[in-house]
Amino acid sequence: MIRTPSQTVGPFYAIGLCRRTENTLVPPGDPKAVELHGTLLDGDAVPIGDGMIEIWDGRRWGRSGTDSEGTFRFLVTKPEVVVGAPHFDVFVFARGLLRHQLTRIYFPDETEANALDPVLAALDDVERATLVALEQNGNLQFDIRMQGDRATLFFDH
Amino acid sequence: MQAEETPIVLPDDPTFGTEVQVDYPGYRSTRLRAPDRPLVTLPEELHSLSGPVFGEHALHEADGDLTRQHDGEPLGERIVVTGRVVDEDGHPIRAALVEVWQANAAGRYRHVVDQHPAPLDPNFSGAGRCLTDDEGRYRFITVKPGAYPWGNHENAWRPAHIHFSVFGRAFTQRLVTQMYFPGDPLFPYDPIFNSVRDPRSRALLVADFDIATTEPEWALGYRWDIVLGRGGPAMTPLEDT
Repeated sequence: MIRTPSQTVGPFYAIGLCRRTENTLVPPGDPKAVELHGTLLDGDAVPIGDGMIEIWDGRRWGRSGTDSEGTFRFLVTKPEVVVGAPHFDVFVFARGLLRHQLTRIYFPDETEANALDPVLAALDDVERATLVALEQNGNLQFDIRMQGDRATLFFDH
Repeated sequence: MQAEETPIVLPDDPTFGTEVQVDYPGYRSTRLRAPDRPLVTLPEELHSLSGPVFGEHALHEADGDLTRQHDGEPLGERIVVTGRVVDEDGHPIRAALVEVWQANAAGRYRHVVDQHPAPLDPNFSGAGRCLTDDEGRYRFITVKPGAYPWGNHENAWRPAHIHFSVFGRAFTQRLVTQMYFPGDPLFPYDPIFNSVRDPRSRALLVADFDIATTEPEWALGYRWDIVLGRGGPAMTPLEDT
């Protein structure tokens, strides 16, 4: 059978997909929780204010729409390793994006594990750098660039 | 001298494959948003990783009936939309979370960005969700959405559609798409619909009118099945438990 093809999430996805707050992947009051935030950017480096990000750590899932500055936010802890280095699997949705895109967020303080990760190991240095979050005052920052020289690496899926 | 313009709708071309053409030029917003570098292939085993599972707690009463979320009933043609969520081998995907959102019968979304001068309906929010049953079946009651104009090109109108979001069992079975209604006269003019270049695949986006689903004296019925990817070998044991 042929798979049902994808269509864009469109500009009004929040009606159906952001009716409740679903961007917390930790129990309330978890002392290890950190904020994972970033900006979704188009090919002109303009923030995408009508995008949506979903993340999955193998056990916990969350999603966040982007605000008018293109910012998304999650509360997370470092996931347990299933395969390779700790990471989040990430889907990007937006108006103008006819199919969602798959990327990954790795941790900046996992240099050794990242070096052994089978997915990161197959990439060159520039590509690899687009998948590692930055540490910022104890929180994590991960910008997603859809296009250009510093474009985030996306995976076939 | 005439400015050269990209055609809004390109001819059928199955060489693009059965999935949507992500950088389809007729849909203007793709130009700065579709990835412009080749996608990297993940190791095969990572495609089988399980995805989030949603239980009944994810649902509220009336989530599957968009006509009963307010004090009164919404205006418009009442419809039942039902079908099965299956994988490429035809196996049902049970307990899949299906979420929908749509414009009202006048073609207006309840969203601050939608400024189309058509009336809002105080009795219609336009959002629903449900879980598939053991046969992979979902069912919504709603009103038929109206067509509406958009700014992509001169005199651009979207064919009537309902947005669908589906979570399968494997992470990579995730699908967000749009369901259309049979025989819509706007099909030949819509770049989003035509961004699926293979006509057989594009036809999968269109529901069938179904007299068996139609309820006498009450609502027209439409059937629309959703086919997700295989999700890899890890799926079989999960499905059997």
